[in-house]
Amino acid sequence: MPTFVRTDKCDGCKGQDKTACMYICPHDLMKLDKDGSETGHAMKSYNQEPEQCWECYSCVKICPQNAIEARPYADIVPLGGSVQPLRGTDSIMWTIKFRNGTMKRFKFPIRTTPEGSIDPYGGKPAADMANIAKPGFFVQVNGYRAGNASELIRK
Amino acid sequence: MAGEFGNPEVVQQEVDILIVGGGMAACGAAYELGPWIDAAKKAGHDITVKLVDKAAMDRSGAVAQGLSAINTYIGDTQDPADYARMVSNDLMGITRDDLAYDLGRHVDESVHLFEEWGLPIWKTDENGERHDGSKGLPALKDGGKPVRSGKWQIMINGESYKWIVAEAAKKALGTDNIDERIFIVKLVNDAKDKNRIAGAVGFSTREDKVFVYKAKAILLVAGGCVNIFRPRSVGEGQGRAWYPVWNAGSTYAMAAEAGAEMTMMENRFVPTRFKDGYGPVGAWFLLFKSQATNAFGEVYMQRNKEMLNDYPPYGQAAVPASCLRNHLMLKEMREGRGPIWMDTVSALAKLRETLSPREVKHLEAEAWEDFLDMCIGQCGIWAGENIEPEKKNSELMPTEPYLLGSHSGCCGIWVSGPDDIGAPTDEALGDGIPDYLPKGWNWGYRSMTTVQGLFTAGDGVGASGHKFSSGSHAEGRLCAKSMVKFVIDNKAWKPELDTSVEQLVEDIYRPVRNFLEHKDYTTAIDINPHYITPKMLQYRLQKIMDEYVAGVATYYTTNANMLDLAEQKLEMLKEDSLKMRAKDLHELLRAWENYHRILTAEAHMKHIQFREESRYPGFYYRMDKNFVDEENWHCFVNSVYDKDSKKWTCFKRAHVDLVDKSKLFKAAAH
Repeated sequence: MPTFVRTDKCDGCKGQDKTACMYICPHDLMKLDKDGSETGHAMKSYNQEPEQCWECYSCVKICPQNAIEARPYADIVPLGGSVQPLRGTDSIMWTIKFRNGTMKRFKFPIRTTPEGSIDPYGGKPAADMANIAKPGFFVQVNGYRAGNASELIRK
Repeated sequence: MAGEFGNPEVVQQEVDILIVGGGMAACGAAYELGPWIDAAKKAGHDITVKLVDKAAMDRSGAVAQGLSAINTYIGDTQDPADYARMVSNDLMGITRDDLAYDLGRHVDESVHLFEEWGLPIWKTDENGERHDGSKGLPALKDGGKPVRSGKWQIMINGESYKWIVAEAAKKALGTDNIDERIFIVKLVNDAKDKNRIAGAVGFSTREDKVFVYKAKAILLVAGGCVNIFRPRSVGEGQGRAWYPVWNAGSTYAMAAEAGAEMTMMENRFVPTRFKDGYGPVGAWFLLFKSQATNAFGEVYMQRNKEMLNDYPPYGQAAVPASCLRNHLMLKEMREGRGPIWMDTVSALAKLRETLSPREVKHLEAEAWEDFLDMCIGQCGIWAGENIEPEKKNSELMPTEPYLLGSHSGCCGIWVSGPDDIGAPTDEALGDGIPDYLPKGWNWGYRSMTTVQGLFTAGDGVGASGHKFSSGSHAEGRLCAKSMVKFVIDNKAWKPELDTSVEQLVEDIYRPVRNFLEHKDYTTAIDINPHYITPKMLQYRLQKIMDEYVAGVATYYTTNANMLDLAEQKLEMLKEDSLKMRAKDLHELLRAWENYHRILTAEAHMKHIQFREESRYPGFYYRMDKNFVDEENWHCFVNSVYDKDSKKWTCFKRAHVDLVDKSKLFKAAAH
């Protein structure tokens, strides 16, 4: 399901050096066509290698203009279906349109804390150099499973 | 000096610890490093760190798209030894219990942090009803009950899993210490000690710049390997691989070139997944209790269960090894009783019998979320083919092979394990092991490879497996500690590269020079006798692997004669890789990814050739040795690569059980 960029919605992230989709694509697929020489549409981005698209939807989810959608792989999937998300800060909404017109909508939580709120070491102890070569991490959050020593048959 | 295409600017930097990769393992290392670096500083040691990712950490690595489950969570009622037993049996007995056990005792610590950071984890309430992770039920660390979709798996709302874990890692490390969109393509050994790491080199995919890093310790965590075999879809859909298509074997190739001992590179994973979309089957089998059948509705795991007796004891555990489940399915396909179906209709009908309408609606949402959180493309196929799982069954299919060390696979790098679990410190099978390699399973620093200063985690660590996302994070954290110790212990040592910077730049930019030098020879940019496009080189690799090294074309079969041919063809392919062209930085990225794929593929082929049995029936068959030979091959196959002669040396290492495996089979008897 390679992604495509809608000409009527993409604004090239308003002429910034890189677009949101270029920033996020894990496979370096999205490209801003600055002068229109590649696509005929200046200052809009496009998927430069659709047959390498994993359909991870990272670009679809991040696009501030909702300009990116996906068209299921033409060599596999009958035409007419679509799957489109709208990702918020704590949940994601999905709209699924079937080839036969059936529609489904789902909403799922994506995180329970505000974006950007993680305090990685807040309330955590300092590391103790005396433990650096011992099992366990600098902090224990009730998840270390010491194990039954009798299970270790060569010890 | 600003660089230009063909004449890049060279940026040099020296740090103590370099992290190559930005996935779960890298994020785990980044998080754990902070407090240890602070503690080291108090003791008078200033330690500098840099993390380099070829993509953006928010969405890089195997968890980029999200996940619908955390597949390794031990919980408070299972023992790390139980986990080590499961890993061993699923991988046909040849895994290192020290690594699995150590991961098992640490992994839940990372899961508890994920929940604290904001990852929604499904819970079961006191009435046994399931709730999504936003409903405020007690956290796992406070005794909250997860929704188990299997003995080891727990369900999550994981669309933003990587985003959350990356936020913690980026804050922990500081964005000044992170370089994104830089692809490291080569490790560099030390000038005075070829068995030691001194640095790494790569290039920006955004600017004409080459980066040369020197470091005392390097954590190489660049994922597994996808797309070395011809995928089942060869048109527009070829990017829809099961594992992420950007995992190019960089971990294995760079480690091998640096001289690290590799292990179990013959192992592969052939997941059975929803056909064409590669949607996950775990929740369907384990949570929704669905069954897989042949075309006539017969459950092949029942119909063919006698075949499990051909592979004692691995077929006789309560849950037979993954490859054997494929083995039973492939019989149906080969003998003409396909297609294989996931019977979603019956499973959901049965569940609906006891559910209220509200619960039925929730169940439908759960089934779709399972795909939407981690494999959206499968929903595209269901939408396009008008498949509603309560009304229409879906096809299953075994995929093309993948190489990885974190899922149901165990290829990777041989690393030093924990020293408190009873692991051997000597070698029972000494013959053939090069003298300079360590004896036994631990040699000082946890997770260090056989190359001084080079560490790995996640997909990089071989002979273990089943770490998944959480275990990869925990393994990265183990590396953080041991790298800090290594750096302190080697405080006075200065890395010195064994290759000149000029030569490294020359090597890295060779595809660009190939293009610039020859591009005007022909009128067609892609057809030129002086160079090959990375894409065509990849097709050639995939054709060789598919047709000779047990890809889907031969129903996963090969033999010594076919492997001989593959060997010859891969050698020529490796020679021709020097003629790859790059017309822009994007293609330079592809060129180097494909170089890494070739080396990984070659390791895979050499190991299959060396192991004269078929250890993983259902994943591959050597038809000339179509049996599991416990007497001669219940051992590790390891190898080293010589980057100068470009030759592999394979050898055996002895396998030892550190936990009692017979418990697995006793349990199955009653």
